[in-house]
Amino acid sequence: MNRCTERVYNGLVKENPTFVLMLGMCPTLAVTTSAINGVGMGLSTTVVLVLSNMLISMLRKIIPDSVRMPAFIVVVASFVTIVQFLLEGFVPSLYASLGLYIPLIVVNCIILGRAESYASKNPVIPSIFDGIGMGLGFTFGLTCIGIVRELIGTGAIFGQQILPLADAAAGKGGYVPVTIFILPPGAFLVLSGLVALQNKIKNNAAKKGKKVAESAGCGEGGCASCGNGACGGKVFPTGNEE
Amino acid sequence: MKELLIIAIGSALVNNVVLSQFLGICPFLGVSKKVDTAAGMGGAVVFVITIASFVTGLIYKFILTPLGFEYLQTIVFILIIAALVQFVEMFLKKAMPPLYNALGVYLPLITTNCAVLGVALTNVQKEYNLLQGVINGIGTSVGFLIAIVIMAGIREKIEYNDISESFQGTPIVLVTASLMAIAFCGFSGLI
Repeated sequence: MNRCTERVYNGLVKENPTFVLMLGMCPTLAVTTSAINGVGMGLSTTVVLVLSNMLISMLRKIIPDSVRMPAFIVVVASFVTIVQFLLEGFVPSLYASLGLYIPLIVVNCIILGRAESYASKNPVIPSIFDGIGMGLGFTFGLTCIGIVRELIGTGAIFGQQILPLADAAAGKGGYVPVTIFILPPGAFLVLSGLVALQNKIKNNAAKKGKKVAESAGCGEGGCASCGNGACGGKVFPTGNEE
Repeated sequence: MKELLIIAIGSALVNNVVLSQFLGICPFLGVSKKVDTAAGMGGAVVFVITIASFVTGLIYKFILTPLGFEYLQTIVFILIIAALVQFVEMFLKKAMPPLYNALGVYLPLITTNCAVLGVALTNVQKEYNLLQGVINGIGTSVGFLIAIVIMAGIREKIEYNDISESFQGTPIVLVTASLMAIAFCGFSGLI
């Protein structure tokens, strides 16, 4: 497998940001009330990730090491602003349903994490493919969670009614939607189920003696392990580190 | 006055920042193992969000709006917050060592806390004035403090329970969060 397809495979399966690395939990929980929102959020993040990886990789020899964090943040924030305007102009319905979470892509751990750990050290083309892989992995994760929540919560997928709803007035039996799954508590519940499932798979693999990728998630190390991990969360160097 | 009270209660309990808006999930899951550390983190967040909502409010009103640069809000706010957090850290270290010792460790982690940027953007979106913005900031961050301290209290008890293998660690914490979110749904009739 050549280097580019390897990056895409890495992002989609081996280091899937949602299921393996557990990064970017805020948008994962917030926007997955329906599958279409999950796809929209995932693709917006992918666009920002690909463009910021590309630009940061191009500038990696120009940006001085001591101010790299603020520089990365400015790059990411600029692309987020552009994506926000494009969505507002061309897909106003998606813009309305994602709302506040579009500008918050800036603080998504995945983007700064990839900038810090991959794009700032590698040439442009692999960095672009790394962005595509990670972005599609994130989109895949969000879509999965969105489908589960939408199906249980409303009996539909992508707005198409899959399970016929019960109609008490007409005396017709059918599916009674569990509304709590599209409310905030359902987000936590679905995610906990998915993480437990992943633990189960990992435990089984560990019993068979296979080496498993370590989760670098927010769950254990706090946000220090996310994007700004390399400099202890300090965006501007204070000069008294180490 | 009544309006300010509604904003405060609304942001602290009804639209709780963690349990219904999903902002600041990382520290909520990562720093909630013990009640003391959770209270420290919560205190630091209250401190930073209050200052940040005031400063971003000022800059939006007196610099961005007159110049017609409102569209730069995301870029400007995130840089202000990042700089502010480190400035606050340095200031506390020099001027108030006891407070720094209590909150210091948590301050750098707050830069990546999306709740801070979330509050600043909400203030702009809802067209709050400076005072309303600060009250919204205090309400939101107190809501975060409440949620993380309750969570830490429950997690200390969970330690003694026998949890099935797959649910140990993050999954059981998420189930707990889900039950807390259901409880907080009960506040929705309050205003």
